[in-house]
Amino acid sequence: MNPLNRLDLYKQMVRIRQYESRILQEYHADKKPAWDIGAGLIPGEMHLSAGQEPSAVGVCANLKQGDAITAPHRPHHFALAHGVDMNAMTAEIYGRDTGLCHGKGGHMHLFDPEHHFSCSGIIAQGYPVACGQALAFKRTGTDHVAVAVAGEGAANQGAFHESLNLAALWKLPVIFVIEDNDWAISVPRSHSTANASNADRASGYGMPGVRVENNDVEAVFEAAGVAIDRARAGGGPSLIEIHTVRLWGHFEGDAQAYRGADLDTLDARDPIPLYAATLAEIGDLSMDQVASIAADAAAEVDAAITFATSSPFPTADDALLHVFA
Amino acid sequence: MTSTETPTRRITTAKAMAEGIALEMRRDPAVFVMGEDVGAYGGIFGSTTDLFAEFGADRVIDTPISETGFIGAGIGAAVEGLRPVVELMFIDFYGVCMDQITNHMAKIHYESGGNVTVPMVLMAATGGGYSDAAQHSQCLWGTFAHLPGIKVVVPSNPYDAKGLMISAIQDDNPVLYLFHKGAQGLVWMEKNPRSIAHVPEESFTVPIGQAAIARQGTDVTIVTLSLSVQHSLDVAEQLVGEGISVEVIDLRSLVPLDTETVLTSVAKTGRVLVVDEDYRSFGLTGEIAAVIAEHDPTMLKKPFRRLAVPDVPIPYARVLEQAVLPTRDKITDHVKELMS
Repeated sequence: MNPLNRLDLYKQMVRIRQYESRILQEYHADKKPAWDIGAGLIPGEMHLSAGQEPSAVGVCANLKQGDAITAPHRPHHFALAHGVDMNAMTAEIYGRDTGLCHGKGGHMHLFDPEHHFSCSGIIAQGYPVACGQALAFKRTGTDHVAVAVAGEGAANQGAFHESLNLAALWKLPVIFVIEDNDWAISVPRSHSTANASNADRASGYGMPGVRVENNDVEAVFEAAGVAIDRARAGGGPSLIEIHTVRLWGHFEGDAQAYRGADLDTLDARDPIPLYAATLAEIGDLSMDQVASIAADAAAEVDAAITFATSSPFPTADDALLHVFA
Repeated sequence: MTSTETPTRRITTAKAMAEGIALEMRRDPAVFVMGEDVGAYGGIFGSTTDLFAEFGADRVIDTPISETGFIGAGIGAAVEGLRPVVELMFIDFYGVCMDQITNHMAKIHYESGGNVTVPMVLMAATGGGYSDAAQHSQCLWGTFAHLPGIKVVVPSNPYDAKGLMISAIQDDNPVLYLFHKGAQGLVWMEKNPRSIAHVPEESFTVPIGQAAIARQGTDVTIVTLSLSVQHSLDVAEQLVGEGISVEVIDLRSLVPLDTETVLTSVAKTGRVLVVDEDYRSFGLTGEIAAVIAEHDPTMLKKPFRRLAVPDVPIPYARVLEQAVLPTRDKITDHVKELMS
C-alpha cells in the first residue's frame, strides 16, 4: 500500500472540484438559447462529479502507471485522479481536434491508452472490459490491476453480476468500485435495490467486499489499498462500495424536483470543506495552504480551458475517419 | 379564426404520447407503465408526463437499471394478459436487453404457433443532433424492422404520437414505438415548431401500417420518417420559391410498411429521395429502393437517391455530427440535384 499523504489527497480533491466547477460555468456560459442542451462551447449531456471526489482520489492514490480504469458516464474525477492529461481531456470535452479522441468521443467517451483509461455511457458495461484488461495483465505476468467503476444503479445490470462471477472464478486482479450516491437519476437506492450493501453481494460471488460510509477519502484509501495489494499479489478481485454524494444534478439542467429534502443537507455533506476541517484540526493544513492549493488548481484548469478553446475544430470530412483501423 | 371553430389546443409530442397512455390506462386496467425514471420524473424525454400523479406507483413503476429484467417482465406480464407500456430510455441501450427483445418479445407468437400473444409496447427515444455522441444518438429503427415479429412505429408529430400510441397499446402484437428526442418538443432541446401542434383531447387512433402524405407535390417524392419529416417539410416549403414541388411521405410505420403510398407517389413524380437518420447500408433506404425496383423501376425519371448516416457512429463534436446527419441543407441539395 502506498503511504498515506493527506495533503496530496486534499490537493487532488480540490483540483477535481475546481475542474468540475469551471466546466459547469463553461457549459452554461455560452448556451444560446440558455435551455438548449445542444448549444454552446460544450454541447450535449454533461454529468459532473462534484461530491464524489473521495472515491476517485482515495482509489487512484493506490494505483501506478500501467494500471487500468474503466469509468462510467460520470468520468472526470477518475480520469483526473488517474493522470489523464487535463489539456487533452478538456479539448475533447470542447470537441476539438486536439482532444483525446479528436472530438469524436465527448465527455462520456474518453479514451486514453497511455493511462489505460476509458469510460462508457452505457451503465455497467465497463465491468466486463475491466475483467478483460485484468485477464491480459495476469496472462502477461505483470502485477497491474484493473479498476471498474460504476454507480449503485449499475449494480443491478447483468453485466455487473456476470463480471463478478468471472473475476472471482478466474481470480482476476480487478477492483470493482461502486459509487453509491443514493440516486440513479431520479430513482433512490431504496427503490432500486433490495440489498442494502453491495459488499454482501460480493461475498455471494466469493470475493471480499467492503462498504465505506461517510464519503471518507481516507477510509476509501485504506480499503482500496488492501484490495489493490491483494489483487497485485494474485489474490483475486475485491469489491468496494463507497457511500458518496452527488452534489449536483444527474446531468446539467436536471432540476432535481424528485430529490426533495435530500437537497437541503448537501452543503453539510460536501466532502472537501469537511476534509479541510479535519486536516486543519490535526495541523496538516493551514489557511494559507487552502488558498494556495485553490489558486494552483484554478491556474491549471484555466490553462487547460485556454488550451481547449484555442485548439482547432475537426473538419467535417474527419467524421468519416476511424471507422476501421 | 371564427367563433364557430373548435378552440385549438396545442401540445408537444411528449405530452401527446403521455396523453395517449393516460387515456388507455383510464379505459383498461390491464395497462401499466414500467421503466427508468418514468415515475415522478415523468420520463427523461417527457413520455410519461403527469402519469405518476394520476395513476400512482402501482401502475407507473420506476425500475432498477435492469433492462433485461424489466423488458422480460413486460413480456411475461403481456403473455398473462396485461398490456404493459415499457420504456427503454435510449434505443442505444438495446445492447443490454436485445435477447429479450428479439428472441422472446418478437418470436413468442410465432414459436407458439399463434397460441401466445405479447400485447406490449416498448417505447424508446431515438436520434441525435444535440452532441450526445455515439452511444446516445442512434436511430436504429432499421435494425428492429429487420427482425420479424415486431411492429415498428415512428411518429413525427404530436397528433400521430398520440394516435399511434393508442393503436400500439390496443394492438395484440409487440409494438416498438420509437420517438425522436428532437421531435418531442422538449424545453431543453432545439426544436422545430412542428413538434408542438393541435391534438384533440379525446381518444383517437392512427392506424399502424399506414403512411401519411405530409405534403402533396408533383416534382419529387421525399420518403422519410420521424424528425426528418419536419426537416423535409421545411425544405419543401422553401423550395416552392424556386418552383420545385416536393411531396413528403411520412412513413409513420416501418412494420408494416405502407408500400402502396410510396409507390403511388413515386409513380406520380418519377423522382425519389429517401431521407433516413439511421445508418445507410442494409437499412430503410435500401429497402425503399428494393420496393421500387421490384414494382417497376421504369417509374423513375432520375436514378434513386438516398440521404442517410454514412455508415459511421454518430460523432460528438457539433461540426462532425452535423456532417453525418441528414440536415435541411443536404436534403435541399439532393432535391435540387434530382431536378437538375
